[in-house]
Amino acid sequence: MSTTTYVKAINGALAAAMRADERVFVMGEDVAEGGPYTATAGLAEEFGSERVRNTPISEGAICGVAIGAAQSGLRPVLEIMFIDFITLALDQLVNQAAKAHSMSGGQLCVPLVLRTQGGAGQRGGAQHSQSLEAWLTHVPGLKVVMPATAADAAGLLASAIADPNPVVFVENKALYFKREELLEDPPAVPIGCARTVRPGGDVTVVATSRLVEEALAAAETLAAEGIELEVIDPRTLVPLDLEAIVRSTERTGRLVIAHEAVCFGGFGAEIAAAVGAAAFDSLDAPIERVGAPFTPVPLSPPLEDAYLPAAPGICTAVRATLGLVAVR
Amino acid sequence: MSERDPAPIVPSSAALEGPAALALLRTMWRIRVFEERVGVLKRADEVYGLIHLSIGGEGVAAAVCTQLRDDDVVYSGHRAHGHAIAKGAPPDRILAELMGRSDGLCHGLGGSMHLVDVEHGLMGATGVVGGNIPLALGSALATRLRGGDAVAVSFFGDGAVQAGHFNESINLATLWGLGVVLVCENNGFAEFTPRSAHTNVERVCDVVAPYGLERETVDGNDVAAVWEAFGRFLEVARRGGGPLLLECLTHRLRGHYEGDPTLYREAISATEWQQRDPILRLARQGAAAGWFSAEDVARAEREARKEIEAAVEFARASPYPAAELPGELVYAGGSRP
Repeated sequence: MSTTTYVKAINGALAAAMRADERVFVMGEDVAEGGPYTATAGLAEEFGSERVRNTPISEGAICGVAIGAAQSGLRPVLEIMFIDFITLALDQLVNQAAKAHSMSGGQLCVPLVLRTQGGAGQRGGAQHSQSLEAWLTHVPGLKVVMPATAADAAGLLASAIADPNPVVFVENKALYFKREELLEDPPAVPIGCARTVRPGGDVTVVATSRLVEEALAAAETLAAEGIELEVIDPRTLVPLDLEAIVRSTERTGRLVIAHEAVCFGGFGAEIAAAVGAAAFDSLDAPIERVGAPFTPVPLSPPLEDAYLPAAPGICTAVRATLGLVAVR
Repeated sequence: MSERDPAPIVPSSAALEGPAALALLRTMWRIRVFEERVGVLKRADEVYGLIHLSIGGEGVAAAVCTQLRDDDVVYSGHRAHGHAIAKGAPPDRILAELMGRSDGLCHGLGGSMHLVDVEHGLMGATGVVGGNIPLALGSALATRLRGGDAVAVSFFGDGAVQAGHFNESINLATLWGLGVVLVCENNGFAEFTPRSAHTNVERVCDVVAPYGLERETVDGNDVAAVWEAFGRFLEVARRGGGPLLLECLTHRLRGHYEGDPTLYREAISATEWQQRDPILRLARQGAAAGWFSAEDVARAEREARKEIEAAVEFARASPYPAAELPGELVYAGGSRP
């Protein structure tokens, strides 16, 4: 074990995949310089500029190039610097990558990893802070992965690169420099398996990405009041390990879903509907959701801090499921 | 070196002659008969979806694709039947695809705008205008990183040139020197409106001029001219050069799609079309040059009609795909979320 960070774990997983497989290459804006968060630092020095390709600011074309390279047998890892810019690559991702296998009757495969990062809290303003993963989960053919820890970032990235399908790998900028103990050679984490982060018997909290640590903070607070949370991190949204969530909810009878994205139309709605259908008879209270309000991310620090979903909001939602506060 | 005329880096290639000319004529007839038949089938509601025919433009598909190997890849757009046939895809399986049958190239999941035949290097066609131009660049990049001399060809219409992906792709392809041949079929119309209503730049070669790539505008109805120009470009790309852009001025005899009322333009006169039709033109040229006999020409048409009628019967006999198929093919590797 050694102390590392989420971003170093990503960097290490990229380097390991490139050493193990010549077909793996990295492309994106400023990747040879390491990118704004150092995720690709040092790779150009080790693997050269052919395999660590700086690109112009042309998100659509570079996504298409990565798709074409993947269809011709390579394993591209494309970086879209901020998920806010994925809008410019969505035609490629949605119309070309996601449907190629199906539309070709199974002839084409697109083993593409699109790494990007979202999340607010760094005064980035409304175009550098969004959480847009729900859009991507709505497109058959894409897999959507959202690691919350360094270990999962490394393990899921290895699995994403090995996957024969397009995988959108959504990181969170607020997690990049959190310290964590990690094995020197972290094991691959299979796509589609949730992780029970903290066991507990009273209320199930499903949290994604940065909200996992907020859910753990809420669990500490509530444990002092005698309320035990079971915190589950789905880790991948598509495919979703619904079974793990249903199993826990059946035991606790109460479910809270927490994500940083805007609540309305968010992925939490999908989980709520699916659990409602699968475990209605086990529910002792309406399912509660925690997410951002329906506004663009504000810049002003007090406003952005108030905007961000966090532990206190999770505590309130948990109390609501227990009838301890009025339903909001 | 003027801005319009970059220094020729293209070696001269052999001119068109007998056997290659006859192969072109046969290919064009197969495309022509196939598409005329598809037009009839569309009116009878036997083929599904939007059907975009390239009747009158067969020369470009034939002149380009018959010079390619199976491992050279082609990406095409929504008007792709000709490219698919010329690249080697079997017409019976293309027709079965248009009819949504299980023996279709894509087992009925793709359709007219999404023909794929990986075995013959047809890597995809797209209904998003210009949407897969960058994919051809990606294939060229893969060839460079893995080694080899396969060439990537991207077909698109002049309507794609005003799209962002085209301009991003030209920049990237020239910046990285990718071995891709961009073949623009400039038929003067983007869907229902003439090029002049979309842009002030008439020639696509002029649009890309500042990037300095090798480019040429040819009469797309002059099959020999397209064949010779593309042959020279192909030699450059084969040796690792590129990108190159071949602009072929063509004429779309039919509407944007079958059933399009074509009220937006005047029909070309029969006499004028007789002069421009790439098939008749090559037939006249070949007869004059002694490349083939009148009987060769008649046989090319006859054999095409026979092949396409058999294709219709093949497609009609093929069953619709199983209901489970769409769910099975969402993800490679069989996993379903």
